[in-house]
Amino acid sequence: MAKHPAVDFDQLLKNQAADFSTVQILDEAGKVVNPDILPDLSDAELVDLMSQMVWSRVLDQRATALNRQGRLGFWAPTSGEEASQLASNFAMKKSDWILPGYRDIPELIQHGLSVAKAFLWSRGHVVGNEYPEDFHALPPQIIIGAQYVQTAGVALGLKKNGADEVAYTYTGDGGTSQGDFYEGVNFAGAFKAPAIFVVQNNGYAISVPRAKQTAAETLAQKAVAMGIPGIQVDGMDALAVYEVMKEAREFVAAGNGPVLIETLTYRYGPHTLSGDDPTRYRSKETDDLWQQRDPLIRMRNYLTDKGLWNQEQEDALIEKTKGEIKAAISEADQAPKQTVSRFLGDTYEQAPQNVTEQLAQYQAKESN
Amino acid sequence: MAQKTMIQAITNALDLELAADPKTLVFGEDVGKNGGVFRATDGLQAKHGEDRVFDTPLAESGIGGLSIGLALTGWRPIPEIQFYGFVFEVMDSIGGQMSRMRYKMGNTRSMPITIRAPFGGGVHTPEMHSDNFEGLVAQFPGMRVVVPSNPYDAKGLLIAAIRSNDPVLYLEHMKLYRSFREEVPDDAYTVPLDKAAITKEGSDVSIITYGAMVREAKKAADVLAKDNINVEIVDLRTVAPLDVETIIASVKKTHRVVVVQEAQRMAGVAASVIAEISERAILSLEAPIGRVAAPDTPFPFGQAESVWLPNAKDVEEKVRETVNF
Repeated sequence: MAKHPAVDFDQLLKNQAADFSTVQILDEAGKVVNPDILPDLSDAELVDLMSQMVWSRVLDQRATALNRQGRLGFWAPTSGEEASQLASNFAMKKSDWILPGYRDIPELIQHGLSVAKAFLWSRGHVVGNEYPEDFHALPPQIIIGAQYVQTAGVALGLKKNGADEVAYTYTGDGGTSQGDFYEGVNFAGAFKAPAIFVVQNNGYAISVPRAKQTAAETLAQKAVAMGIPGIQVDGMDALAVYEVMKEAREFVAAGNGPVLIETLTYRYGPHTLSGDDPTRYRSKETDDLWQQRDPLIRMRNYLTDKGLWNQEQEDALIEKTKGEIKAAISEADQAPKQTVSRFLGDTYEQAPQNVTEQLAQYQAKESN
Repeated sequence: MAQKTMIQAITNALDLELAADPKTLVFGEDVGKNGGVFRATDGLQAKHGEDRVFDTPLAESGIGGLSIGLALTGWRPIPEIQFYGFVFEVMDSIGGQMSRMRYKMGNTRSMPITIRAPFGGGVHTPEMHSDNFEGLVAQFPGMRVVVPSNPYDAKGLLIAAIRSNDPVLYLEHMKLYRSFREEVPDDAYTVPLDKAAITKEGSDVSIITYGAMVREAKKAADVLAKDNINVEIVDLRTVAPLDVETIIASVKKTHRVVVVQEAQRMAGVAASVIAEISERAILSLEAPIGRVAAPDTPFPFGQAESVWLPNAKDVEEKVRETVNF
């Protein structure tokens, strides 16, 4: 008699991905396909959410142009990711703590950072990172995954404070390969800390496609190993992203521990404006496919059908946003010249000898 | 006043600061019920509760990120890295994140974090437990790196580190944990973080050192005294940033100097000390600067420590060479 295998590995693999279907509310045409889970948003809130996404698209276009003109520094394009970014942020409270990655400038601004400060950060100016005490945010993280371990700490701190606040953070599909991704999510899970970990899966970590990052069928299922809920959502669908994020916020704020959310999205532009050429690793067909899923088209159709949106309104918003960006650039231009004296003074609370000595040297040099 | 070992002084300092400041938190691998693998946190969880003294999952980068997040939300974290040889796992949190947070955020945030970690040779550990990696973190502006050489300083420096609003790496030499006792006051006190100590005054030659090598320097000084060589010993206590004033004052007094460290010649902080002396006091010197350090191999196999680690004899020989130049 043939021995029966102890383990059916194929079945195990199938089981692991079984529960990770994608949450969607609006289809590509903006029709409601899942009315049971439609968010409880007022007409004004729906318009506000759409306005933020249009604002973000304009911001990205203008930032790209300003970068090309040499008037802005580092910029990681965001077009295509508006629903993933702004609708997730829309579900959070101003008192919540955001730990963004470097592409998450739109969320950071909507959370309270001025556009001028965001531009100063882009240019490499310290004033861009001067955050008032009650602004619950960290500057954009450069080290992929570092924001995940820090979010576990912020969330545990909030829990210990007994605060009605939660921590939320963003990384990309590539970020889920980092050790810090696992350590951060696992720590938050072990401490049942109020954190929402958002993975914005835009398909490419610079050039490396999602399929090369992991054997896992979804990134959401990585939550299983940490013993927390993981959910995948259509990241081009603002209503689905909002609803999932809002429910996640309620879940984690109630003391149930963290949630991992994977948004399926796409960046239309390059990784950053520092020389990346997406045609080296993405086909036009793939670009076209994702353009059809555009988050703005969906919301525009949905809101137009409801009589809440029209082209004049959008045109006016675009013009207004361009004006705001122009004003922000002017404001950023007024930032003081940076000095080494200032930096030396900012390095320690109590200056050690080396700093005191160098401070005197630079003060003399910089007072001329 | 009571006689305490260095580890007892450390436990005492943690206990006092946990009691004095409700925002302090002690955490790490095995620090809770187990009281730490060296018992540095023994009894602290039972006394101060699991909210204040707690075990973390086994991941050093997670511990670093946890510390940063807790500091941002108003806490005063005192994490333990179980052995300093594991520091590479948490290096981004130290060098890439907490050390530069104040600077990066334009002085709008503080990182009042004290990272404790055992290190140092002579106790025959498996590899990656004892290594002298203090020089690595000594190169991160924004950090302070503290290495106490005795129980009194251990307590005062740890309390000062905990109360500091800047991040401090506090390294505990394993060989010193229980090797001797000395009088340690019962109450809380601080030893300044930016000040070296003159452990022994002398007139003929300065030995600049820190950590376990202070004891070796003292042994050497005792032998040399018999030959009327009067050694001054400067214990750096904080190896970064350096107390250059005290170093230079001593060198200008004795005109001869030997810099001693347990770390390899290419590592540690001796090179920085020597550079400062060369730049600031070279014309005061009557002999080339002497250096005693471990050879440039990775930290040795346990049974090879005795042939590898610098000792009192090495110090004595280098001092004689300098004095007889």
